[in-house]
Amino acid sequence: YASGTLQPGVGIEPVTFLNPKAAALIAVKDDVAVIRINNPDSKVNTLSIPMQREMAEVMNEVWANGAVKSVVLISSKPGCFIAGADINMIQACRSAEEVTALSQEGQKMFEKIEKSPIPIVAAINGSCLGGGLEFALACQYRVATKSRKTVLGTPEVMLGLLPGAGGTQRLPKMVGLPSAFDVMLTGRNIRADKAKKMGLVHQLVDPLGPGLKDSDVRTVEYLEEVAVGFAKGIVNKSIPLTKRKGIMQKLQDYAMGIPFVRQQIYKTVTKRVMNQTKGLYPAPLKIIECVKAGLEKGSEAGYLEESQNFGKLAMTPESKALVGLYQGQVACKKNRFGTPEREVKNLAILGAGLMGAGIAQVTVDKGVNVILKDTATEGLSRGQDQVYKGFNAKVKKKSITSFERDTTMSCLTGQLDYSGFERVDMVIEAVFEDLSIKHKVLKEVEAVTPPHCIFATNTSGLPIKDIAAASKRPENVIGMHYFSPVDKMQLLEIITTDKTSKDTTASAVALGLKQGKIIIVVKDGPGFYTTRCLSPMLAELLRLLQEGVEPKKLDLLTTSFGLPVGAVILADEVGIDVAAHVGKTMTKAFGSRLDGGNIEVVTTMVEKGFTGRKAGKGFYIYEKGSKSRNINPAAEEILKKFKLSAPPSVSSDSDVQYRLVSRFVNEALLCLQEGILSNPMEGDIGAVFGLGFPPFLGGPFRFVDAFGADKLVQKMKKYEEVYGNQFTACQLLQDHAKDSSKKFYK
Amino acid sequence: INIVLVEGVRTPFLLSGTIYNDFMAHDLARAALLGLLNKTSLPKDAVDYIVYGTVIQEVKTSNVAREAALGAGISEKIPAHTVTMACISANQAITTAVGLIAAGQCDVVVAGGVETMSDMPIRHSRKMRKTMLTLNKAKTLSQRLTLLSKIRLGYLTPELPALTEFSTNETMGHSADRLTAAFGVSRREQDEFAFRSHSLAKKAQDAGLLSDVLSVNVPGKGIVSKDNGIRPSSMEQLEKLKPVFIKPHGTITPASSSFLTDGASAVLLMSEEKALAMGYKPKAYLRDFVFVSQDPKDQLLLGPSYATPEVLEKSGITLDDIDVFEFHEGQILANLKAMDSDWFAQTCMGRKSKVGVLPIEKLNLWGGSLSLGHPFGATGARLVTAAVNRLKKEGGQYALVAACAAGGQVVFDL
Repeated sequence: YASGTLQPGVGIEPVTFLNPKAAALIAVKDDVAVIRINNPDSKVNTLSIPMQREMAEVMNEVWANGAVKSVVLISSKPGCFIAGADINMIQACRSAEEVTALSQEGQKMFEKIEKSPIPIVAAINGSCLGGGLEFALACQYRVATKSRKTVLGTPEVMLGLLPGAGGTQRLPKMVGLPSAFDVMLTGRNIRADKAKKMGLVHQLVDPLGPGLKDSDVRTVEYLEEVAVGFAKGIVNKSIPLTKRKGIMQKLQDYAMGIPFVRQQIYKTVTKRVMNQTKGLYPAPLKIIECVKAGLEKGSEAGYLEESQNFGKLAMTPESKALVGLYQGQVACKKNRFGTPEREVKNLAILGAGLMGAGIAQVTVDKGVNVILKDTATEGLSRGQDQVYKGFNAKVKKKSITSFERDTTMSCLTGQLDYSGFERVDMVIEAVFEDLSIKHKVLKEVEAVTPPHCIFATNTSGLPIKDIAAASKRPENVIGMHYFSPVDKMQLLEIITTDKTSKDTTASAVALGLKQGKIIIVVKDGPGFYTTRCLSPMLAELLRLLQEGVEPKKLDLLTTSFGLPVGAVILADEVGIDVAAHVGKTMTKAFGSRLDGGNIEVVTTMVEKGFTGRKAGKGFYIYEKGSKSRNINPAAEEILKKFKLSAPPSVSSDSDVQYRLVSRFVNEALLCLQEGILSNPMEGDIGAVFGLGFPPFLGGPFRFVDAFGADKLVQKMKKYEEVYGNQFTACQLLQDHAKDSSKKFYK
Repeated sequence: INIVLVEGVRTPFLLSGTIYNDFMAHDLARAALLGLLNKTSLPKDAVDYIVYGTVIQEVKTSNVAREAALGAGISEKIPAHTVTMACISANQAITTAVGLIAAGQCDVVVAGGVETMSDMPIRHSRKMRKTMLTLNKAKTLSQRLTLLSKIRLGYLTPELPALTEFSTNETMGHSADRLTAAFGVSRREQDEFAFRSHSLAKKAQDAGLLSDVLSVNVPGKGIVSKDNGIRPSSMEQLEKLKPVFIKPHGTITPASSSFLTDGASAVLLMSEEKALAMGYKPKAYLRDFVFVSQDPKDQLLLGPSYATPEVLEKSGITLDDIDVFEFHEGQILANLKAMDSDWFAQTCMGRKSKVGVLPIEKLNLWGGSLSLGHPFGATGARLVTAAVNRLKKEGGQYALVAACAAGGQVVFDL
């Protein structure tokens, strides 16, 4: 790692101290030491143990040199300042104490930075997250580029952790209590201009276009030049370190000085967190505790609280599950099928409904020309409007300009015929879920598209091989199962048949990645993976409704288990007609395993037009502009007609929850057992990102690991005795129950 | 057909909000037009066509060329139209005239440009305009009152004409500052160039070289016959100025950016045959021109770099053959660096090697947009006239005129 001595005053040309493996190089410009961080083993800078050690050495070297009057801290990585702490470093720890020690190490280092006798300017371009932001916050001054890649934030909460290197202590002082809570509790990314407004950075630097060098390279150089200028300015006092505060700021500071006001804020924030998390996530509450400790009991207590809570959180199953999801997400953002032979440049989408238009929206701004085809002008126009609204919302939020919206929209063509399909590389159909209609469009498409054209079907339940049966080129047929709303739901489930070629798969994955999706690739079968897991759970939901459990109570029980929306609302969102349709198909395929509720309930509802949210009526009544949902009395009537008695031995609140969850989980395991899934990780990712399986449980497989397969099997046996074989635990689950050393995750 | 420039004139270029304060754009345009006719003794009925360029349009006189012509007593039978292309609007007017003559449509065309920043169309907000327009259609009192009651305080915020690119929402000055940074143009280089521009302009003004400047009688304010933005100062003073666009670390100051200017310009173009037949001695041939376009965000002001090699190749001459360079002083230093860079030529222009070093000793020797001012619509014709007059004075053969415009386009010729 770093070595060599400083030679200040050598002039503009930087002198670097050579060690090819070094992660931090020092150059000296006049009397400013520029430290360039560049982790030799990775594409991004992370605060690993060796990196921290080296930074400490480098800083000591700088401080020991009397000729250096100020410091600029910058990264040599394109698009990354410091992306955060090294997650492996935390995972390697076996006890809370070890993690607490890590946190204290970081706290100490940043304290030294904060108390530096000479000013340190953090020059930020690219991601400045977690520990990276905490590092920057400890510096005396921060300059950031306005590049779109520049984001600041403390995403620790999303990993079930907290900012453990002084973040919970410094942020409230820097941006005020409300903003600090917002940043730490949401973990969201903050763009540079917003960061400046909040007071997180002092100055912004514009990204440059191409000049005498590549624009990215020159932008970082320019950032460094500007930061060096500020560093000198701070030393000669022409640049003040504190911003003059506006009247609002002064008022806020005054209010925060009143203990009663602070108490109220803690209370409100805690209440809001409890509302949103149902108390299932420990990290947000710990963050509040740490901030409170720092402000009420002094910083020593605050730092101690922070490091101890950090250690405790790292050992929680919630954090482990969330970290696992994060790692799975990273893995599912890679194309394990390699680079496709041809890039999809022209895409056609059949059907401009919610799905079709949603797919168009996530594709058209990625440099892909999109044809959106429908059979009627009304449908087409609605679809085009949906896409426009999506981009216009971004204009309103100022994340794109109106001009970017217009140029993006110019890549979208709406049409009713097949003209231009001779240039199309891929067709995604999102037409009605009916095999004969799917066959009809498949044949029409194959008649007009070039031989290399891929036919992807966005079905949620029909087996792909049945659809492909009508194809002349079954190797080009693949399933791409998107989730609604497409622009919000991150998951894409790709389904391959025995005949689907590897290149077709690679191409579909490549397009999905371009669309920003997290992708799982599964084998063909009725319902694939996601729909298959959902179906038995919905069957059980119906049963519970028939047994007289109130929809509102069911929603409460499912959300308190950790689902993001109640199961009954979910059914309304999915659409009762869709549920009925899928239910029938799935029952045909799986028989008694889908037993539970009576399908007649939903078919009757569909007949009456209660198809769910889109119709305004399902189990609930949806009124525009009204947030409160009322029960649909007519649906209640139908349920009464099909009423069944609830066996008391399996109808406690907890039983209700586990009856739903166990059927979901068992089916997920069955998918792995049958080879539909290629690994548990993809199963967890699919369940969490596609179906809203509680993230803190990490997915069905991690849930089985943590909950205990034997305990789950016991519960299922109890239900099996009452209801029959829809609760029979699958072989894989039984194996895990018998041998407690068997785990899906080591 | 050979197309010749017979004469070129301009009103004095004045700082906005000074003596031309009460003029509308067509008043200035008329002054230039009348001045040209007087100077050349051209009979009013000899003009076949009039084209003017302008950028920020006065809505009352959207075809400002026509209003100027009518006011100048030119027959109402002579057609006129107005073009717009940001800072090269007058160049566009001139090349339009060239096209009309080359196509055999006309023999004698006046082309020019005009801009006033002393008066600008400041509008009601869109919401207010909508309310007012709906109000027109409202029939009953109660309908009107309902509409009026919907007016909110925010509706009254006026809309100023933006000096920003519509597509990128970035002001030109901001873009220019980024451009200088991208090319590593230092603050000192820019101060030196500004100092040079003002010094040369002052010298030229004192020596009476700016013979294209007309004397204009401004009612109630007397006769003006000199540009009033030329302010030679010292490097020390320039160094003290603060950046105007990117604060506090930008490099462009009020001195290194052109001030808001009012003014108009005009040139008389003819086919060579016609000019000779009418007894004129043409000052120059207009040989060739090109327009180019680039990325409006990062290359907004790099037009000259792209256009120069193209127009040279088109006319079959080289940079060395050029005796007179008149370039619009909008980030000229970045352009000089761009033309001198192999990386830029290869990466951005798709050329094998750099364009070359532009000889600064032949560039803008009588001042430029930084010192003389830059009335957007009028600058193009000033550049052409200055180039022609310098050619005559310096005894050169070829002149090259180039300017950059919002949207990034450029020119030309001789």
